[in-house]
Amino acid sequence: MKLSYQEIKSRLICLSISFLKIGAFTFGGGYAMIPLISKEVVDKHQWITDEEMIDIFAVAECTPGVIAVNCETFVGYKVAGFWGSLLSTVCVVLPAFIIICIISLFFESFKNILWVSYAFKGIRVGIIILLAMAVLKIGKYVKYNIFACIILAAAFILSAFSDINTIYILLGAAALGIFYNLILPYVKRGGKI
Amino acid sequence: MSVIWQLFITFFKIGLFTIGGGYAMIPFIQQEVVQKGWVSITDVMDFIAVSESTPGPFAVNISTFCGITAHGFLGAAAATIGVVLPSFLIILFIAKKSSNILCNKYVRYSLDAIRPAIVGLILYVVFEFMKLSLFTSGSPGFSADIKALIIFIFLAGYFIFRTYKKKKVNPITIILLSAFFGIVMYGVLPILNL
Repeated sequence: MKLSYQEIKSRLICLSISFLKIGAFTFGGGYAMIPLISKEVVDKHQWITDEEMIDIFAVAECTPGVIAVNCETFVGYKVAGFWGSLLSTVCVVLPAFIIICIISLFFESFKNILWVSYAFKGIRVGIIILLAMAVLKIGKYVKYNIFACIILAAAFILSAFSDINTIYILLGAAALGIFYNLILPYVKRGGKI
Repeated sequence: MSVIWQLFITFFKIGLFTIGGGYAMIPFIQQEVVQKGWVSITDVMDFIAVSESTPGPFAVNISTFCGITAHGFLGAAAATIGVVLPSFLIILFIAKKSSNILCNKYVRYSLDAIRPAIVGLILYVVFEFMKLSLFTSGSPGFSADIKALIIFIFLAGYFIFRTYKKKKVNPITIILLSAFFGIVMYGVLPILNL
């Protein structure tokens, strides 16, 4: 697909306006952004087909990294190449970055208001529920077998009772995953190569 | 090594291992960012609430927050660029090669094993946060914070009820409810001498 300079320029402008809008007004993180992104680039501008979009979501979800950024970088690349992906990434991050910078100016003194501090005492209890929800959400993508359960329990125990760096726990899990899947067919055949 | 560079490296690592959404970052933040003394654990809990109630990707919000608390505006920029860069590079690679690296069996095997590990790690953070919010550590040992426990039972009840009815639970509803209960329990009840 070869686009003219003019076409790329107008696409970049449209893309950045769309993604700035999505970045500034979407509550609820990456998952909430996905339908809005699709509405802009598939329905409104028709830069990307529905099937392509579904593939992009699948990749964005499984790839390490921030889901919203994954998704928008990919969309940006499809729409306008490297500069599209760079601009999309900047546009999805910028509104959040600015909003948080502004909030942080007032945050400490806001928390020091007596009644607000009571509210935050309650909120710290609410966070437990939010984290439990995250566990359930990520847990949905786990294929539960004995191996997965052992990994889950091992990660829990290691983080609770040892100082091992979390990254090493994940790298260890990855290595075990490869090892287990390579050794499993061999064991199933009863040890015959 | 300057703090800014350290923030960048730390959040680059966190971005690289965030698999399955922003909450997968929390165990890393607890280990890397809190233990380095950049932010306190109660700060992290409060940031989670703010990040959920402000627009934008959760991971970006929380990284910006940690960065700015650790080292001002430049710290925020370093943390945010750090957390985003792995996503950008990996996706650029996948899009450019237009070959799906996720079809590679070794990548699939490792991701399949990393996911349950992340569930285990966050589960531990859930326990850690329960310990921090529901119990006050005094001498001797622990004593339960009865008010916090009551709030927790209410919220858990609401969550279980909604899930049982097969309705979605909005994180912002949880935050607003918990803020309300916090004000009632710690603010209103003492005034009423209860």
